[in-house]
Order: sequence, then structure tokens, then C-alpha cells
Amino acid sequence: MMRGYQCPDCGYVYDEQRGEPHEGYAAGTLWADLPESFTCPDCAVREKADFIELSEQPS
Amino acid sequence: MLHAHPLNHGTTYRDRKRYLWLFSLLVPCLALVGPALYVWHSPSLLWLWIAPVFSYVAIPLLDALMGEDLSNPPEDAVPALETDSYYRYITYALVPILWLSFIVNVAFVGSHDLPWHGVLAVVISAGGTCGFGLNLGHELGHKKSNLERWLAKITLSLGFYGHFFTEHNRGHHKDVATPADPASSRMGESIYRFMFREIPGGFFRAWDLEADRLERCGRSVWSLDNEILQPALISAVLYGTLLAIFGMTLLPFLLLTAFWGAYQLTSANYIEHYGLLRQQRADGRYEHCQPHHSWNSNHLFSNWALFHLQRHSDHHAHPTRRYQSLRDFPDLPRLPNGYFGMYLLAYLPPLWFAVMNPRLIRLVNGDTRRINFEPAKRARLIRQYHLEQQPAAGEVCA
Ligand SMILES: [Zn+2]
Repeated sequence: MMRGYQCPDCGYVYDEQRGEPHEGYAAGTLWADLPESFTCPDCAVREKADFIELSEQPS
Repeated sequence: MLHAHPLNHGTTYRDRKRYLWLFSLLVPCLALVGPALYVWHSPSLLWLWIAPVFSYVAIPLLDALMGEDLSNPPEDAVPALETDSYYRYITYALVPILWLSFIVNVAFVGSHDLPWHGVLAVVISAGGTCGFGLNLGHELGHKKSNLERWLAKITLSLGFYGHFFTEHNRGHHKDVATPADPASSRMGESIYRFMFREIPGGFFRAWDLEADRLERCGRSVWSLDNEILQPALISAVLYGTLLAIFGMTLLPFLLLTAFWGAYQLTSANYIEHYGLLRQQRADGRYEHCQPHHSWNSNHLFSNWALFHLQRHSDHHAHPTRRYQSLRDFPDLPRLPNGYFGMYLLAYLPPLWFAVMNPRLIRLVNGDTRRINFEPAKRARLIRQYHLEQQPAAGEVCA
């Protein structure tokens, strides 16, 4: 199952299904495969360790 | 119910600053007024000083006389404020104004024989235009929409400073108020020392971040996907065209103007986090940027002219908030005047230190662990202000 992870500051959601191609993470890239240095692409002030796993698939 | 934002508890919120944001359009227009009066009214060099005098004399005075604004929009009005496109259109409208103003000023110098002080007035005016462009590019560059991000790059191209788009969001915001940030000034560091760290440091950090991103994307750093090269190409075409029309003799003027624009950003960076330091946590990461890691100015007029940039604490705590919803907080680090007045102070380092060092020390209760020191000045500052010696960040306690 593909999962979503949310930035606690700005609300950005990393959706494993979509990835984040602009940052170089192709669609389907699992959260576990992102480096620890992964930074929120929208606000840039929260890093991977700060993100919150969403309980259900984001719409 | 135009312009009123309904709140949960049945009342509505009316933004009193709604039309005052038009000052963010009008103040940059002053750079057009001088050359226009010179050409159409009378060829007096005094007209050319309208924009510089307004920025560095009138605005600090207006800030001192009109005072500060401590009001915040209620939190439940913020979603409606953020989606109200009126505020966004003001930022869009400033893009062509700045481009027009820049080109008119260059054309004016290129087609008139001015004495050096006349050229100086235009350098400050047109450089100021680039400075307002950096402020606008800053506001737009934080946004998520493609349109706003492109408008940011187009605006930053005016001062040949497109790398700011990358540097600011992914570099400065991440490292702000730490010794690692070339765009956060240190206690005891004058602006003239700071600029040699900030200007090249910002550029190379941006380049490294963009090179990393492109490598992850599997693209060459020398490609049109490079978001530093994109605006740089726009700048090259703009400057190349202006030089082709008005001749290579215009080159020193263009370089000085671009420098003065960049120096406005250097000045803002210098005053925004002077001496403030985030604490390192046990795992080596820095604490998140809190409101007390930025200097704030609530002065009415300069905030209207700068899209609330001076409410800098909330901006750093929540970078994607739009200018119209930025808030004040109690007990923030406070600057005694708006940015334009504080720039003048910064350009006279002894005066800057005399005003700001005691403020900084009061703010951190004399705790040296909360001060970002210029390493070369650390011992002297501790003696001068009778601070208690605490181990510097990173020093190992035996
Ligand atoms: Zn975020």
C-alpha cells in the first residue's frame, strides 16, 4: 500500500505514489528510501524526521 | 459582502490594511518620477534624488512618527485572507512596474549626459528598484504555484540575482541563525565584513543545492532545468540588449546598479538575524527556527512598502504564509525603526553596535550560549559587556 507523510508546518504531503519528481524522487519512491536529509519542498524548514505519517491514503 | 471575511462565530473580519498594501506598488514607482520630471518638467538634477531621499529620509521619519502596528488578523480569518486573490494580484502587478522602472532608468542614463552625482542618484534609484525586486521575488519565491515561482525568477533577473530563489528557501531558511549560515550576521560582525561572507556564500550554497537536486533528477547542471541558469539567461538577454542599444560605456552603471540592488538584500540579511543563535539538540540537529530567532519591525509605513517583510519572525517560523497574514507575537526581538532606517544604522558600524549589541544582550539575558558571535570578536565582546563566560557552541566541556 502506498502511504502519505505530512509536513507538520505547512501541510505539504509526500505521497509515495506521486513521489516528488522536481526534487529528484520519482513516482513510487517509498518514504523509507528517502534520505534523512529530505527537506519539505514547500517550506524547507522541516526535515524527514519531523514528518507525520498519515493514517489513510491522501485524496 | 465584498472584502469582508466571514468568521466562524458569525461576525466578519475587515482587513484594514487591504488598500494600504498598494504602497508596495507606489513606493517603487518613485524611481520613475525623477527621470519623468527631468525630461518633461525641467532638467534639474534634484528630481533624480526623489526616490533615494524618500527611501532613506522620508521612510525612516514616517516610521518614527507613525509608529508600530501590533494588530493581527484573527486566526480563523487567515484561510480566507490567504485565498483572496486580490492580495496576489498586487504582487503580480509589481512585476511589470519594476521592469519598466529599471529599463526607463537605464535608458535615461544611457541618453543623458549627467555629472557623476546625477548618475549616483540613478544608481541608487534603479538599484533600489532591484532591491524591491528582491523583496517581491522573496514573497513570490516562497509560494507553491508555478506562476508565482516563475514571476519570482523573472523579477530577480532584473538585478542578476536569480540564484536567490534557490539560496533563500532551501539554504537560508534551513540554516538561519546558525554559524553555518552565510546570510545570518554575527555579533561584532560589521556589514562590510558580512558582505564578503554573504554574497559569495549565498551564491555557492545555491549552486551546490541546485547541483545536488539536478544530480538526483539525473540531469546535467549545465541544462535549462537549472533554476539558477534560467533567470541568469533572462538577465543576460536583458543586460546584453541594453548594452547593445546604449553602448558598452553603460556597463559600469549597470554593474553598480546590480550591486546596489544586491546590497539591499545584504542589508536586510544583516539586520534580520544579527547575533541570534538557534540551539543545537542532543542529536546534532538544530532546534526549529522560533520567532525569537529573527529581529522584527512592526513599523507601519515600511511594512506597507515591503509586503510585511519586516514581520520576519512569523515568516521564518512559517515560510509559506502569505504577506497579508503575517503576525506579530509578544516579546519578539524588536528593531527600533523599520528596515530603511536600520540600514542607515548598519552602514555606520560603531552606531549599529552601540544600538544593537545592548538590545541583543538584553534579549538573551546575557546568555552567551544564545549569541552567534563573530569568532574573532568573541573574547573582546564578552569583556566589553561584562558577560559571563559560557562555553561556545561546539566546545567540549571537560
Ligand atoms: Zn513544509
